Amino acid sequence: MSRVTLITPKSPPPAPPPQDLYSKRKQIYPKLAHGKFRTLKWAAMAVMLGVYYLVPWLRWPRGAGVPDQAVLADFAGERFFFFGIEIWPQEAYYLAGLMILAALGLFLVTSLFGRVWCGYACPQTVWTDLYIWVERAFEGDRAARIRLDKKPWSFDKAWRKIGKHIVWLLIAFLTGGAFILYFHDARMIAETFFIGEAPLSAYWFAGILTFTTYALAGTMREQVCTYLCPWPRIQGALTDEHALNVTYRYDRGEPRGPHRKGESWDGRGDCIDCKQCVQVCPMGIDIRDGAQLECIHCALCIDACDDIMKKIDRPTGLIAYDTDTAVACRASGQKPKYRLIRPRTILYFVVMVMIASVMAFGLLNRGTFEVNVLKDRSPPYIQLSDGDIRNGYTLKLVNKSGDARSMSLEAHGMNGLVLDVTGLEPNDEGIIMLPVAAHGVDRYRLSVSIPEESVDGRRHFFLLLTDVNTGEVHTNRTSFMAPAN
Amino acid sequence: MSEQEKEIDQHTGVETTGHAWDGIKELNNPLPRWWLYIWYATIAFSIVYMVIMPAIPALPGLGTNTRGIGDHSDRVSVAEQIDAMRTERMQAGQALVAASLEEIETDRSLQQFAMAAGESAFGDNCATCHGAGGTGAKGYPRLADDVWLWSGTLDGIEYTLRHGIRHDEDPDTRFSQMPAFGRDRLLSSQQIDDVVNHVLLISGQDVHDVRSAQRGADLFAAQCATCHGEDGTGDRSVGAPNLTDRDWLFGGSEEEIYTTVYNARNAHMPAWEGRLDDATIKALAVYVHSLGVGE
Repeated sequence: MSRVTLITPKSPPPAPPPQDLYSKRKQIYPKLAHGKFRTLKWAAMAVMLGVYYLVPWLRWPRGAGVPDQAVLADFAGERFFFFGIEIWPQEAYYLAGLMILAALGLFLVTSLFGRVWCGYACPQTVWTDLYIWVERAFEGDRAARIRLDKKPWSFDKAWRKIGKHIVWLLIAFLTGGAFILYFHDARMIAETFFIGEAPLSAYWFAGILTFTTYALAGTMREQVCTYLCPWPRIQGALTDEHALNVTYRYDRGEPRGPHRKGESWDGRGDCIDCKQCVQVCPMGIDIRDGAQLECIHCALCIDACDDIMKKIDRPTGLIAYDTDTAVACRASGQKPKYRLIRPRTILYFVVMVMIASVMAFGLLNRGTFEVNVLKDRSPPYIQLSDGDIRNGYTLKLVNKSGDARSMSLEAHGMNGLVLDVTGLEPNDEGIIMLPVAAHGVDRYRLSVSIPEESVDGRRHFFLLLTDVNTGEVHTNRTSFMAPAN
Repeated sequence: MSEQEKEIDQHTGVETTGHAWDGIKELNNPLPRWWLYIWYATIAFSIVYMVIMPAIPALPGLGTNTRGIGDHSDRVSVAEQIDAMRTERMQAGQALVAASLEEIETDRSLQQFAMAAGESAFGDNCATCHGAGGTGAKGYPRLADDVWLWSGTLDGIEYTLRHGIRHDEDPDTRFSQMPAFGRDRLLSSQQIDDVVNHVLLISGQDVHDVRSAQRGADLFAAQCATCHGEDGTGDRSVGAPNLTDRDWLFGGSEEEIYTTVYNARNAHMPAWEGRLDDATIKALAVYVHSLGVGE
């Protein structure tokens, strides 16, 4: 038994009033900031949304039978199109490589500039920002919104709230609708969606994304980052004292306090405790408390603070992108040091370059044509009535391009090989031509026979497939089974 | 606990349950509300589910399970799905039924469809005797070689598939019968030995007793040539095997050939018409034809 005693039954002191251990969410009313980072954020939003909504409409000529869509995840056809690249399921490692590159890129950027992903590029940030913009359009800025929420219901309040939610839902639907464009021919799905003829899965996923967009960006907002998202935890481990983070320079700001015009600035910090940095924060935090999990490093507090600094005639940059070491150096009277090039940034960079090179090499050297020779195992060989030995094969010809091909088939490496392909006759020169359709797999049954006396020690031969138009040659070594002599 | 005084934890002001582990006591907090609501929702769902779906097995007096207002049955829906699949496959099979066997074999898309359908039908119906990939076995012809007892053409294979070999219920079946020369006392043991030696000779095998083989030549001409041909190369029209090649359905050793002549061997194959649909039979014909590389 432990000796820990939390409870003293005898002579209990008066119980304190029970308190909630789990506090309720405090509604956040972010104020509109003005400045270079706000401008950068608008620009980032425009780029992200532009990419998301426009990419499915980019065209790329692909030939007959396949949509001319530049970026398309064709699950039904089990193919992934990315501009000139056509990825088949057996090449899914390219997608894995892309994921690894993205993760490493995130590591690198985080170790250099802190959580810029969270602040500018994360879909949650982008859509929440868009939703707050809509909210502001209907209900006004921070002060007006607080007032409106305190007011009793009226026609004015009702139409503002309803209007906001309608626009939110519209954006949510456009988000879900654009998502499905990546998985089907965009034009086809856009036409059939509204007349009820699109595949059921299209409606299902459009519905799911409409709901999640509305719920996450409209109603949950900063709670997603604080409670749901794993990235803040991971990114917290990736940034260190040398990473550029949105930082309150306490060496300059403290001690803080209100300041009257004309008063001396001696013996006090530059922070006048105006709380503008808190009011613009979409996460509802006070950056002056130091780096914290909730902070998405969107830098809107920098804009707000710089505004005030200009007004009170103090140098800007009381809150700025800075490193912990630099602030500590200044606080102790030393010259700040910046170390962006460090072992960890070098490591991330080198590994990224390595993986990118391997992928680029693979992509540049990968053929759009593949030959698979599958040897029959049952029976391993057949002895014909005249004693000849025959082996059966299945040829799988994979064509990952938009052009139909015609391949000539020859065998080398053993004497007296006779080829026969089911359903095909050799041409006038005695050569078998295999037609291969565009964007597809063609199968052929091949039998290879050889006189018994020609079977010597060697039991391998080469199948040569030559593209009659391009001269491209594919050589496959395969085995030949014969009875043991 | 009930007789004792209620304990109130002084830090939170919450009553304890009286349970203590290593001196740490459990607070009697209510269940989380969201959790409770989900629990209520599952109860409500289960009641609705019980009403709509078959849920309770074998009620006393009812004999069987409750039906539910939806009258849903997995068995019925599976049967429906199978029917739907059949109909779908029939539609694809229509193309095979409409085309001739030669057209199927030379048309790329028809061929690929027929080969896939034929392969799976072969695995289900034929591989038991003829082996996977048509390897054959003693008494069951190998289909992957160039030896055909009756016919190796597309049409010939289709005919064999439809009507079978020595399948008595089908009047159109392929039929022939080899006499049991020994058992029915048509030839003596010595004479059978002679014939066997002759057959060994014409099939290119070693013969110990050349004189016996010479005697056997006359017997062969008199008794066997009607069906197997004077030179022993066989006759497709009656399914008489070629005796001069290396292929033996029941074995080519002296002993095996002796047994064959003494007892006669007449293998059977069932007729598949009526058991498999037209499209499947045609797909099988194309597949088997390709196994033997065609004739």
